[in-house]
Amino acid sequence: MGDTTVVKSLLLALPLWFVAARALPARLPWWARAGLGAVAAWAFALAVALVVPPGQMAYLVSFAIVGSIYAVLALGLNVQWGYTGLFNIGIAAFFAVGAFTSALVTTRMPTGAAAAFSEQAFGLGAPFLAGVLAAGVAAGVLALLVGGPTLRLREDYLAIATIGIAELVRLVFQNERWLANGPQPLRGIPQPLACLVDDPVCGWLPAPLAALFDPLAPRDYPYVYLAVATLFVIVVYLVLERAIRSPWGRVLRAVREDEAAAAMAGKDVARVRLQAFVVGAVIMGLGGALYAHYMIAIDYTHFDALYGTFLVWVMLMLGGSGNNRGAILGAFALWGVWTGAAFVVDLARPLLAAISSDLPARGPYLRLLLIALLMLFILLYRPKGLVGEERFVSRDSQGRDG
Amino acid sequence: MARALTRRAGGPRTLLRLRRALGSRTALVALLALLLLALWWLAGIQGVTGQRLLSLVVRGVMLGGILALGAIGLTLIFGVLRIPNFAHGDLMTWGAYLVLLGLPLLPAGPPLAPFSFGAELLVLLVVAMPLVGLTGYVLDRLVFRRLRARRAPSVILAMAALGGAFLLRSLIYLGWGADFRNFYTGRPRPAIELFAGIRVRPDQLFILGLALLLIFLVYLLLERTKMGKAMRATADNADLARISGIDTESVIRWTWLIGGGLAGAGGVMFALDTQLRPEMGWWLMLPLFSSVILGTIGHAYGALIGALVIGIVWQTSTAFLNPAYGPGVAFVVLILVLLFRPQGIFGKPGGT
Amino acid sequence: MALLTVDGLTTGYGEMEVLRSLSLRVEPGRIVSIIGPNGAGKSTAMKAVFGLLKPWQGSIRFGEREIGGLSPDRIVRLGMCYVPQTENVFPSLTVEENLDMGAFVLSGPTKERKERVYELFPRLADRRRQRAGKMSGGERQMVAMGRALMLDPKLLLLDEPSAGLAPLLVDLIFEKVREINAAGVAVLMVEQNARKSLELADHAYVLVGGGNAIDGPGHELLGDPEVGRLYLGG
Repeated sequence: MGDTTVVKSLLLALPLWFVAARALPARLPWWARAGLGAVAAWAFALAVALVVPPGQMAYLVSFAIVGSIYAVLALGLNVQWGYTGLFNIGIAAFFAVGAFTSALVTTRMPTGAAAAFSEQAFGLGAPFLAGVLAAGVAAGVLALLVGGPTLRLREDYLAIATIGIAELVRLVFQNERWLANGPQPLRGIPQPLACLVDDPVCGWLPAPLAALFDPLAPRDYPYVYLAVATLFVIVVYLVLERAIRSPWGRVLRAVREDEAAAAMAGKDVARVRLQAFVVGAVIMGLGGALYAHYMIAIDYTHFDALYGTFLVWVMLMLGGSGNNRGAILGAFALWGVWTGAAFVVDLARPLLAAISSDLPARGPYLRLLLIALLMLFILLYRPKGLVGEERFVSRDSQGRDG
Repeated sequence: MARALTRRAGGPRTLLRLRRALGSRTALVALLALLLLALWWLAGIQGVTGQRLLSLVVRGVMLGGILALGAIGLTLIFGVLRIPNFAHGDLMTWGAYLVLLGLPLLPAGPPLAPFSFGAELLVLLVVAMPLVGLTGYVLDRLVFRRLRARRAPSVILAMAALGGAFLLRSLIYLGWGADFRNFYTGRPRPAIELFAGIRVRPDQLFILGLALLLIFLVYLLLERTKMGKAMRATADNADLARISGIDTESVIRWTWLIGGGLAGAGGVMFALDTQLRPEMGWWLMLPLFSSVILGTIGHAYGALIGALVIGIVWQTSTAFLNPAYGPGVAFVVLILVLLFRPQGIFGKPGGT
Repeated sequence: MALLTVDGLTTGYGEMEVLRSLSLRVEPGRIVSIIGPNGAGKSTAMKAVFGLLKPWQGSIRFGEREIGGLSPDRIVRLGMCYVPQTENVFPSLTVEENLDMGAFVLSGPTKERKERVYELFPRLADRRRQRAGKMSGGERQMVAMGRALMLDPKLLLLDEPSAGLAPLLVDLIFEKVREINAAGVAVLMVEQNARKSLELADHAYVLVGGGNAIDGPGHELLGDPEVGRLYLGG
């Protein structure tokens, strides 16, 4: 028992390490921040792992994984909306395309008896990262196809076209059996680094490390996936932070501030907006891949307008659009509100049942009502969200990060 | 205009002329006709009879009537308020569910032969329409008006509309759950035969008739009444309307009442023809927006024509395509319009 | 007592100040012209008078009543109407409907008023069922002015009535302004075409840099070399 706690806390500490290192004052040299951060992160993670009972821990871990997936989606939306002002109501389309592409690329074609139950267009059995890459590419291509004709027009038209593409994608995955077993779920999506919880531990790992992971049982896999998911968030965050301070990022911001001026300065406005749209979509595709490999089985119902699009928007609005940290914060905060509301609704069951016998079963919709009200509230009273937009200093003009 | 100033300015002139020709109204009409012909041909290959195709066209007209009820309201709101009302589909759903709410409260009468519904449905329809209009107005008053006063950019208003859509949908889910419902259960709805072997249901003829009646009333409103002209004027130029002394808040109020009322009627009609689902309105939004953009935003008659075209194309496609893809076909038309003539049939050339 | 009195008006857009302590008067039944170089704030002055812009400082009085900050639809009811420079008709409405919109705040029939407008602009009478968007620039200007006259205003505000019109039409429009004035309507006019408007004006103000420069009777300013130096030649 003590052994698993150590490993688990190490896995938990990985993302916390990043946060701790960033939180420490910038005056310290990087190695001091790395070292202190590592110690602080592990201490905190160990404390949490020891204090919180295993049942709650498992819940927290799954909460954090889904929060991370939504954080990736929110970061993608932030590129499109926060930095470029594009109104994309079809997030679910890129989310779904990424998820299904990664699933198709990493699973194998069903053979024998299984083939009677499950159909798919292809199955390459490729490794996880190949799936992720394919997911990003597929989502990017879709964005190119949708954005090409519509981005030069009014932003209303982009919004409408993205609603359309989300519906279309959903319909395709629902009705086309040959593609991804629709409407049935596509199952058997492989889990990355699953061998870490196997017995014996992954063959390719050097012996001392393998011994470290030995105590883990398959039911502890979520801890591994949490490390993977948070790694994704961190990488995407770092890449975007760099990108927004790069020359390309400056053009993006110039276009958003004053499109006419940017156009007159010779910047190809339409092209930059398309690039931003595609980049955001690629990130959403990555989020989709993360989702697929977490759920192991996916179908079209996972990518509806509520979970796939609306929630992400409210997350970004809550956190603060135009701010990558805001996107991540908003994702976790709103997911917290969403799951927290589930508890509250559960507690209020007797009250609901008193009003009407049907009501308790419709608890999830009470949450939807809450979130819709929250969104309207934010738009009316705090459009900046929790963190607000980031004020920028470009990297080049000062020779260091803003 | 920016397009003229881009690199193409020095480019091949024939290409420019080709683009302009492709963007003309005749080209768009020709394109749509071609699309329809292509659909008929595809259906023919699948062995669909001429009779069935004709039936589908008639059903398409009926569906177009329902869509028109939603599209006209949507285009008016778009024109007067300058926002894409993403809550419009859910307003339609709202209307249908309000009628469903009231149905058990009224004494159930016998069905009015040859239709499948009784007089109580008509009563509820008349009651539901202004209620939906009121809902739209309340939404405007509580949310949009405050954002307008703050001079919020139209994207923010569109987002608020999206929030309103999910708000309405959550209320419907809370009241009725996610199941399918029908206004009446266990009543046979046989098709009758019109001329030339076309088969339609009597309900569908009623729906078409009602849609035409409502559209005619809207026409009278827009052309003959002071408020209707003021609505058209505000859609043309809101600033000039204010300068002329037009009370734009009053115009906005009426736009929501009428647009919402029409949407409610459309929702009831659609539910009568098919069934009630909470996502029904959201699902219809794509054909609605396609109709509006095809017919030019702000143009009420354009919305009607657009809706008819979309309805016919949609129904025709069901001859060989999975009916679930209906909105997908509408989407294809939308993309075609956006590619070639984004300002729609009645829009000014070269502008959006 | 003056019909319109503007006293020390200071205002602008956002944080940018455009008018600096502007003062002017319009006597009942007179034609007053505002001329000046581009960017001097002429149109801004007109917008402030009509309530399209809030004054930061100073007062605007219509008769005895302080109207600074009132909204346009209130000002219209007091007897002042405004013809903007661009986009001054409802393109998808017919001529007749455009005129109807001018009289929106009234509840009675508009037939008589429309007939009077048609008398003034016979060209419109022939085209009353034509959509305003399809008309030529000169005809549109007539529709715009006709719409503003529907309420029998005491004061008519014209923002660059001759803008974009061919010289022959410019003469026609100014002739119409004279006719309107002859019927007792005071006119406050912002004009780019300084010479013609000074010929017409009973009194004129030259605006430079958002503030008063010179003012005086129109014909006097026409011959004034100072005005010629500041701005003339339009």
